[in-house]
Amino acid sequence: MFLEAKNVTKTYLDHKALDNVSIEVPEKSIFGLLGPNGAGKTTLIRIITRITMPDSGEILLDGKPLSSGDIAKIGYMPEERGLYKKMKVGEQAIYLARLKGLSKKEAEKKLRQWFIKLNIVPWWNKKVEELSKGMQQKVQFIVTVLHEPRLLIFDEPFSGFDPINVNILKNEIKELNENGATIIFSTHNMASVEEICDHIALINNSKKVLSGDINEIKNRYKTNSFKVEYAGEISFENLNGSDILQITGKGKINGHKFIDVKLKEGMTVNDLLNIMIPKVQIIAVNEIVPSLNDIFIKVVNENKRHNE
Amino acid sequence: MNKILLIIQREYITRVRKRSFIIMTVLGPVLMAAMIILPVYISQVSEGKPAKVVVLDETGWFKGKFKNQDKIDFEYVTGDLQTEKAKALAKGAFLLYIPATQLKVPEGGEIFGTGQPGLHVLAYIKSVMKEVIETKILLAQGIDPQVIKRSNIKVKLVTIKVDEEGNEKSTYTDVEVGMAYLAGFMIYFFIFMFGAQVMKGVAEEKSNRIVEIIISSVKPFQLMMGKIIGVAFVGLTQFTLWVVLTFVFVGAFQSGALNGDMSSFLNTHKSTEIVAGDMQNNNTMDAADFSRISDVLGSIDLKVMIFSFLFYFLGGYLLYSSLFAAIGGAVDHETETQQFMLPVTIPLIFAVISSSAVIQQPDGALSLWLSMIPFTSPIIMMMRIPFGVPYWQVWLSGGLLILGFVFTTWFAAKIYRVGILMYGKKVDYSELMKWLKY
Repeated sequence: MFLEAKNVTKTYLDHKALDNVSIEVPEKSIFGLLGPNGAGKTTLIRIITRITMPDSGEILLDGKPLSSGDIAKIGYMPEERGLYKKMKVGEQAIYLARLKGLSKKEAEKKLRQWFIKLNIVPWWNKKVEELSKGMQQKVQFIVTVLHEPRLLIFDEPFSGFDPINVNILKNEIKELNENGATIIFSTHNMASVEEICDHIALINNSKKVLSGDINEIKNRYKTNSFKVEYAGEISFENLNGSDILQITGKGKINGHKFIDVKLKEGMTVNDLLNIMIPKVQIIAVNEIVPSLNDIFIKVVNENKRHNE
Repeated sequence: MNKILLIIQREYITRVRKRSFIIMTVLGPVLMAAMIILPVYISQVSEGKPAKVVVLDETGWFKGKFKNQDKIDFEYVTGDLQTEKAKALAKGAFLLYIPATQLKVPEGGEIFGTGQPGLHVLAYIKSVMKEVIETKILLAQGIDPQVIKRSNIKVKLVTIKVDEEGNEKSTYTDVEVGMAYLAGFMIYFFIFMFGAQVMKGVAEEKSNRIVEIIISSVKPFQLMMGKIIGVAFVGLTQFTLWVVLTFVFVGAFQSGALNGDMSSFLNTHKSTEIVAGDMQNNNTMDAADFSRISDVLGSIDLKVMIFSFLFYFLGGYLLYSSLFAAIGGAVDHETETQQFMLPVTIPLIFAVISSSAVIQQPDGALSLWLSMIPFTSPIIMMMRIPFGVPYWQVWLSGGLLILGFVFTTWFAAKIYRVGILMYGKKVDYSELMKWLKY
């Protein structure tokens, strides 16, 4: 395992920020650290980046306890972006890169490449305060990834970005991942990272409630439900609520009729189609996969019931 | 270690390049040089055309008493006030009218003119009239004015310090007091100015949120020390530039004056001295006084002064700036620093308030204690050093100061470490105490 947090507990003055949390981040994965605001995500990240120390538990990188020398292998973009407002962009980027251990020459060369890539070359000699918010965030992004860390951590990376820049950023991150970097996204906005994460951990109230491969999790929480678009007339009156299926919704989509069907155990989509094909023309069939949001709410509610 | 150097470098370079730093660096010496140059310069400029004074003396007491001066020409006339006044004014001169009075003693005079006569004109006329009238009165009482003049002496008291080996060294308290105040206030000023810069810098980094990015590459302690040391270098640079530039400005002015017209410069110097001497007979600064000042500057060991100034500046600065850094780290906005500033600045202010007591009794108990306590010693010890302080006291005070700043740095680092990542929380003293244990 590339990065492991083992039984990490952290108590701030008056509340427990993390309660015995363990996560496993495989090498070269895109890992989503998900949960509502105040769940403890940022605290966990600060422990991984060695900004704060855990009360108990440990962080392992490549199976070895994280040491201060490993900091250069990590790139971290905090939720609250920060740059020196009065400093020039290029100069500041070089400074931050050198703090990460890059030589001045190296930093300058790589920065030039990134500035060209993200189309912000003319801003090199501008002061940060003269830049728009989107520009500042691009600079921030470059500073985070410049030293080619093996582990990249983004805390709420897409908040405040416009859709075009979100796309640019996502593509860059994917490319970095393809080139071998492991990515951790931390966000409360689960929909924003759903399609790019391959592993996730859900944190709620300082505790980890769920973790693993995203497809595996989604499969686990699948309800054997399908959305069928069709043309023609069919009535499910006699079947609805039987031991074959249950209708969870119907209406019109793209000018076609549709129904949402939850099949009972043992039934497959083939059984459903066998019922429908004789009567109507099937236009499309899609499995209804639960969103991370749905899964999260479900898990949290289950846990609540469990605790009560 | 490498990273701390980077931080120091950044702090130093960004600050030194700031417009405010450059302005302060140039303006400081200009002001200081101006204080030295201006009095001489003004007397040179005001020289211009000599003032003409027509004297209409009805009493006859002052005949031949007003002598032509460098900048004042006198002319005696007799006649009617109105016609003489008209004549004098037409010439652009002043008319000094001393009317005969019922009493035997003239009480004063009147000066008519189209403009305002210069202060030096008035001062000269007044001093001459006073002297003439005094002499007449004394003579009328049967006293020789020369006796009075001779009895009016200035007492010079030279204090001589005898050390354990019996060597005698004359000391000059006036100059020492000046040096003491200057050194003490400079330290106070520098600690405050640069300590506040550290605090502002920390608060800025925190509210910018850049602190989180930086401490993901360096330790908070490194960041704090880097900033403190960087700003210290800025302070030393400014101080050095001030000293050097002040000398350069004064030197440039002097050589400029020499190249221009040396004799007139020197003459001006002399004549102002003579006028000054006439005005206040007793306070004439004679050549002996001048040579004494350079004597005194020699008697205070300048090397010791500069070395101890640097030591106490750095020590005091390190002691206080780490506390200032902790304050900057604890608050969310610069505006909230007030409540924490007070306890930190009280010892500094106390030291300044005690300074006059210390200078009156540089070896007294108050002076001794205040020069040992690290929070006041930078200011108080610097005030004592021009008077001579036993070596053991300097060593002890220096050692305590080092211990002091090691302690405050340790203390401040603990608060700073927690504070810089703590947002949106109203911080009070009990909260700070928790951070210490944490």
